[in-house]
Amino acid sequence: MRKKVIEVENLVKRFGHFTANDNLTFEVYEGEIFGFLGANGAGKTTAIRILSGLSSPTSGKVKVAGFDSGKQAEKIKKNIGYMCQKFSLYEDLTVKENIMLYGGIYGLSRSQIAERTGILLDKLRFREYENKLISELPLGLRQKLSFSVAVLHEPKIVFLDEPTGGVDPITRRQFWEMIYETAASGITVFVTTHYMDEAEYCDRISIMNEGRIVALDTPGNLKKQYNVSSVEEVFIKIARPDASHPPAPSPGSG
Amino acid sequence: MRTILYLIRKEFIQIFRNKFISKAIFAVPIVQMLILVPAVTFELKNVDIVIIDKDLTPESRGLISKLAGSTFFRISGKTWSEKEAENLMLHNKCDIILHIPDEFGMNIGNGKPAVLQAGIDAINSSSAQLSWAYINGIIRDYNSDITIDNISTSGVSSFPIIDITNRYWYNEELNYKYYMLPGILVILVTAIGFLLAGLNMVREKEIGTIEQINVTPVRKHQFIIAKMVPFLLIGLIDLGVGLSIGKLAFNIPFEGSILLMFLGAAIFLIAVLGLALFLSTFSGSQQQYMFVAFFCMIIFILMSGIFTPYESMPQWAQDFNLINPVAYLMRINRMVMLKGSSMNDISGELISLGVIAVCFSTFAVRRYRKTA
Repeated sequence: MRKKVIEVENLVKRFGHFTANDNLTFEVYEGEIFGFLGANGAGKTTAIRILSGLSSPTSGKVKVAGFDSGKQAEKIKKNIGYMCQKFSLYEDLTVKENIMLYGGIYGLSRSQIAERTGILLDKLRFREYENKLISELPLGLRQKLSFSVAVLHEPKIVFLDEPTGGVDPITRRQFWEMIYETAASGITVFVTTHYMDEAEYCDRISIMNEGRIVALDTPGNLKKQYNVSSVEEVFIKIARPDASHPPAPSPGSG
Repeated sequence: MRTILYLIRKEFIQIFRNKFISKAIFAVPIVQMLILVPAVTFELKNVDIVIIDKDLTPESRGLISKLAGSTFFRISGKTWSEKEAENLMLHNKCDIILHIPDEFGMNIGNGKPAVLQAGIDAINSSSAQLSWAYINGIIRDYNSDITIDNISTSGVSSFPIIDITNRYWYNEELNYKYYMLPGILVILVTAIGFLLAGLNMVREKEIGTIEQINVTPVRKHQFIIAKMVPFLLIGLIDLGVGLSIGKLAFNIPFEGSILLMFLGAAIFLIAVLGLALFLSTFSGSQQQYMFVAFFCMIIFILMSGIFTPYESMPQWAQDFNLINPVAYLMRINRMVMLKGSSMNDISGELISLGVIAVCFSTFAVRRYRKTA
């Protein structure tokens, strides 16, 4: 039996009358690449913010890296990395200054920071950029750097919220190579995405619709179950059961 | 502790990498001191008087030349028409109308009380009162001149006159620059503390970088302290720049201990920075923060006693000033700079300011949420 690093039971998150997460239950195992799929507004970002301790659940049990999300959010934060869809390194700091800042925040020693900065810059072939401001880097490079900084302190889990949004296909491919390497080193990767081809790379995927998880399995099993050849088709069958038009905008009309 | 140092380092890099802010931090105190200290003054000079002299006697002319001889007043016109005089005042051409009735000289000659009437433009009530006090003084002088003349001509050898001499302590020449400069320094330090730190915090919210910080194990107090320290230092440096300008450009006397003044300013800055960061947690945008901060700053500064005496404010205003850090620093600066007050003399102010600083900073740490 593999070790569980994320355990979610009956997670509910409400904002006023709006239920963003409706009774989510799932588990994520150590070293796994777990894909979190869903249409815009399905509740992915809300869930990922709760898992990473940025938001607290309305009800339900959430355990991340062995800690309770409601009461021990700060302990969770020591054990995770997080990269969100909105790019969030400091644009007015250089590449090196950003790495040093986050290394320092996560409590790495001066020598550890120097060593890991070197490895990171070499791996990304970033040496020429080390003293460049983030604002001078192209988006693709920023995203790669952002991901590397999120795993700099070797967390147990890294959360990636639409990490490849707006990035060209070649960079996306390189980005996924980085994800594979990270997972191979034992770090669990929890990733949300819009790109269905990326979903194929995940070990397991869950598909959310209107706040609920409507499917959860390996990409292969899901394709078999829905008798289609790609995750994209699975997604369309699930998220748009009638497959012809988007859901009615107001509940009263349908 | 190490985490705080990394965060402080980041703040300093960001502040000094911003070309505008890094220059403005030093330009603002210089410009502010050079402009405000000489400009903000209550000193009255060149108050325009229009005289309606219906008397035209040596006595009335004597009074007029006495007025014209003082530096406060400028005889800007003479007329016989009250209508014309009123018109001049209506169009801001004169500040005072002095009416000398036709029996003025005759009454003085006969030893009867003579009457004058002064109309003063009181749009600005404090300058009106001041003009009135000055004009009163000149007429009193003139009055005693006449009395002494009369005594010497009437042959009475003694006539009791109470003569009072005064001395203005701590600011002998009633130099308004000396009075205002410590206050302008307070405004300077307030603006640095209040605006820069709060805006910096809200900017991180707007850009979204605060989210990345919130998902790390940074402790709340670490982040708040790291936001305070750079602006605390910048505020103190600006105070030093301001003081140097006071010395070099205005040769302001400095009676007390400079260290004591910096101590007061440091505690004050912690209080103001705490309040600024507390307020920033309520604001989602820099625009919102500016509005709130500006509003608070105006209240704090105007109520602090910089322009108006603290003691003459209504009781509720004096009570409010118990939590107004600006009021404390205003008193500390004036006492230390002009009076040379010692640590003992201002210990009450320092302790109160310290309590306020601890409270406001605690509020800021408490209100800052890492988890929504």
